[in-house]
Amino acid sequence: MNLQTADMVLQISAMLYFTSMAGYFLFLFNQKQVWQKTSLYVISTAIVLHFISMVVYTITIRQIPIQNLSQSLSIAAFFLGCMFLFFQYKFDLKILGVFASILLSATMLVVLILPDAPIEKNSVLKGFWLYSHIILVFAGEAALALACGAGILYLLQEKGIKAKKPGFFFKRLPSVDLLDSVGYTCLTTGFALLTIGLITGFIYAKAIWGRFWGWDPKEIFSVGTWLIYAALLHLRLYSGWRGRKSAIMTIIGFLIIIFTFLGVNILLGGHHQPFTK
Amino acid sequence: MSQIILIGANHKTAPVELREKLSFSNEETIAALDLLKQDKDIKESLIFSTCNRTEILYIPASGKQVDKIIEFISLQRDIDISEFKSSLYIYKNDDAIRHIFQVASSLDSMMVGEPQILGQIKESYRTAVSNKSSGVLLNRLMHKTFSIAKKVRKETGIGDNAVSISYAAIKLANKIFSNLSQKSVMLLGAGEMAELAVEHLISNRVKNILVANRTFKNAVNLAQKFNGQAVKFEERQDALKDVDIIISSTGATDYVLTKKEVKQAMKKRHHNTLFFIDIAVPRDIDPKINKISNAYVYDIDDLKNIIESNMNQREKETVKAQRFIEEAVLKFRKWLESLAIVPTIKALNDKISSIVEIEYGKTISSLDHLSQQDIDAIKRMTQAIASRTIHDPILFLRNTGDHRDDNLYLNISRQLFNLDIPEKED
Repeated sequence: MNLQTADMVLQISAMLYFTSMAGYFLFLFNQKQVWQKTSLYVISTAIVLHFISMVVYTITIRQIPIQNLSQSLSIAAFFLGCMFLFFQYKFDLKILGVFASILLSATMLVVLILPDAPIEKNSVLKGFWLYSHIILVFAGEAALALACGAGILYLLQEKGIKAKKPGFFFKRLPSVDLLDSVGYTCLTTGFALLTIGLITGFIYAKAIWGRFWGWDPKEIFSVGTWLIYAALLHLRLYSGWRGRKSAIMTIIGFLIIIFTFLGVNILLGGHHQPFTK
Repeated sequence: MSQIILIGANHKTAPVELREKLSFSNEETIAALDLLKQDKDIKESLIFSTCNRTEILYIPASGKQVDKIIEFISLQRDIDISEFKSSLYIYKNDDAIRHIFQVASSLDSMMVGEPQILGQIKESYRTAVSNKSSGVLLNRLMHKTFSIAKKVRKETGIGDNAVSISYAAIKLANKIFSNLSQKSVMLLGAGEMAELAVEHLISNRVKNILVANRTFKNAVNLAQKFNGQAVKFEERQDALKDVDIIISSTGATDYVLTKKEVKQAMKKRHHNTLFFIDIAVPRDIDPKINKISNAYVYDIDDLKNIIESNMNQREKETVKAQRFIEEAVLKFRKWLESLAIVPTIKALNDKISSIVEIEYGKTISSLDHLSQQDIDAIKRMTQAIASRTIHDPILFLRNTGDHRDDNLYLNISRQLFNLDIPEKED
C-alpha cells in the first residue's frame, strides 16, 4: 500500500462520479428508472472507493488527508456523497442525484486538476477533538449543500407553477411541499452537525492554543455562517419563512459556506490556511 | 386457423342509457361465461364490461357465430336486438386484436390515457380464467395485451397529461402538496361545479371537506353528501387557516377573497401552502393572490391553457402508441399463423433434422478411421432414430380429432420442442 495506490483509487472513484453524473443527466431527460438506479449504484461505488483511497492514504503517511486544498476538497466531496446517500435513502428524492452528482463531479475535477501542494508534517493535527471537528463540520456542510440543492429544485418547480406554465421540470420534480420539507430536513441536520462541529473546534483550540476563540478570519466567518443559518431557522419557525424565501436563503447560505471554505483561507489567511493551500 | 372475434359497444357508439342496459355485473359475467362455455360453437370467451363499454371477445369453433353472440347478448340483457344492433361494432382477427390492445392501452377510453381501464380488463380476464372460459389463444392474447398496455404507459407520455379541468387541477395539487390525504379542502359555493370538482377529489381522498355557501342550507346539504362540514359564508376568511385547497365556484360578481384577506390568513397558518382553484366566471379569487409567497391561484382559463397544451402533446404520444400496437398486432398474427398443423410439423421436422445434421457432423469429424460405408450407415441410423422419434408426435398432431382443442396441443408441442422463434419479451 502506498500513495500511488491511493491516488489511483481516487482517480477511479472520480471517473465513477463523472459517469454517475452522465447517468443522472440521461435520467433527467428520458425519465427511465433504470438510469437513476444505475447511477445510484455507480455513485455508491465511487463513494466506497473514495473512502478506500482515503484509508490507504491515512495508513501510508499516518495522517488524515486534509493537508492541502486538494485533499480538503476531496474530503468535502466524500462527505457530500455520504450525506447524499443518506437523504436519498430517507426521501427517495431521485432528482436530487442530478444536483449531487454535478456538485461531486465539479469538486472532484478540481481535486484532480489541483497540483499537490507540499505537505509538512504537522503535529498539531491530531486528537479526538480535531477529528470530531473535521467530521462534523464537513458532514454538516455537506447537508447544507444538499439543502441548497433542494432549494434550487424548489425554485425551479415553484417558478413553473406560479407562472402557470408547467414546463420541462413540472413532471420531473416532486411537489414543492416535498422539496421544501427535504430542504428543511437537510437544513436542520446540517445546522445541528455544524453547531456541534464548531463547539468541538473551540474545544480543540482551547486544548492546542489555550484559548477558545482567536479572532481567526475563518472563525469569524464560520460563526457568521452559523448565525445566518440560525437566523433562517428562527425566521422559519417563528415568522413562517418557508418555501421561496427559505429556498433562496439556503442557496445564499451555501454560497457563504463556499466563500468561508475557499475565499477566507486564500484571501485572508489564518490558522486554517494550510488546509487550502 | 382459428378466428378471433370481438363484439361490443362503447361510449362512441352507444349512449349511456344503452350502455347501462348492456353492461354486465360481475355475477352476470360469470353466469354468461358459464353459458358460453357450454356452447359447443364457442371455444373460448371473455367478457368485459365497464361503465363505458361492454365487449365480448371469443373464439368460435367454426364460422363466426356473430348472430349467435348478438342473440346471446339480447337474451342475457333482456333487450331487443333491434335496440342495440346498430350500436355494435364487430371486429375480426387483426382488427379484434388491435382493438383490445388499444382499449387496454387506454387509447379508446373516453378520457384517453386514464389508467383504470387496464385494471378493469385484468379483472375481467381473471374472471374468465377462474371460470375456465379462456383458453390458449385468449390467454396468450390477454398476456400480450397487458404487456403492450404496460409498454405504452411506460414509453409514451400518454398518461402524463391531464386533459380535463378537474384532472388538471388534481395534477397541479399533487405538484404543490406532497400528500393530498393530509390536506383539507374548502368549497366556496355549493353548485353543480363544486360538486363535480369534489367528486374527483374524493377519489383522491382528502382529509376533510368544508363547504361554505351564501345559502347555508345548500352548504349543509352538500357537506352531508361528502361527509364534510358546512361553514357560514362569512367565516370563509377565518376558515383559511384550517384548509389547504380552496375551490371556488360562486356566482358572485366580485372577488370573494382578496389579497389582503389571504395575506392575513397566511400569517395565521404559518405560511403553509394554499392552493386556490377558481372555476367561477366571473372570477371569485383575486388573481393577485398568486403573488403571495406559498399561495397559488389557478383560474379556469389557466387550467384550460394547460389542458390545451396537454392535448397537443398527447396527440403526438398517441401516434407513438399506435406504432407500438401495430408492431404487437403483427407479432401476434405471426404466432397465430404458426399455430397450425402443417407449419408445426414442418418446424418439428426442421428442428430434428438440424440436430441430426449437427451431431452427426461432430461425431464423424473425429472418427477418421471409418470407411465410407460405415459413415453412410451411421448417417442412415441417426436419421432413422430421429424420424422414428418424431413419428408418433407428428401422427398425433395430424389426427388431433374433433373432440380436442387443436390449439392447445399445437401450442404445447411448440413449447415442448421450443419451436417458436425467440421473441423479446417487453
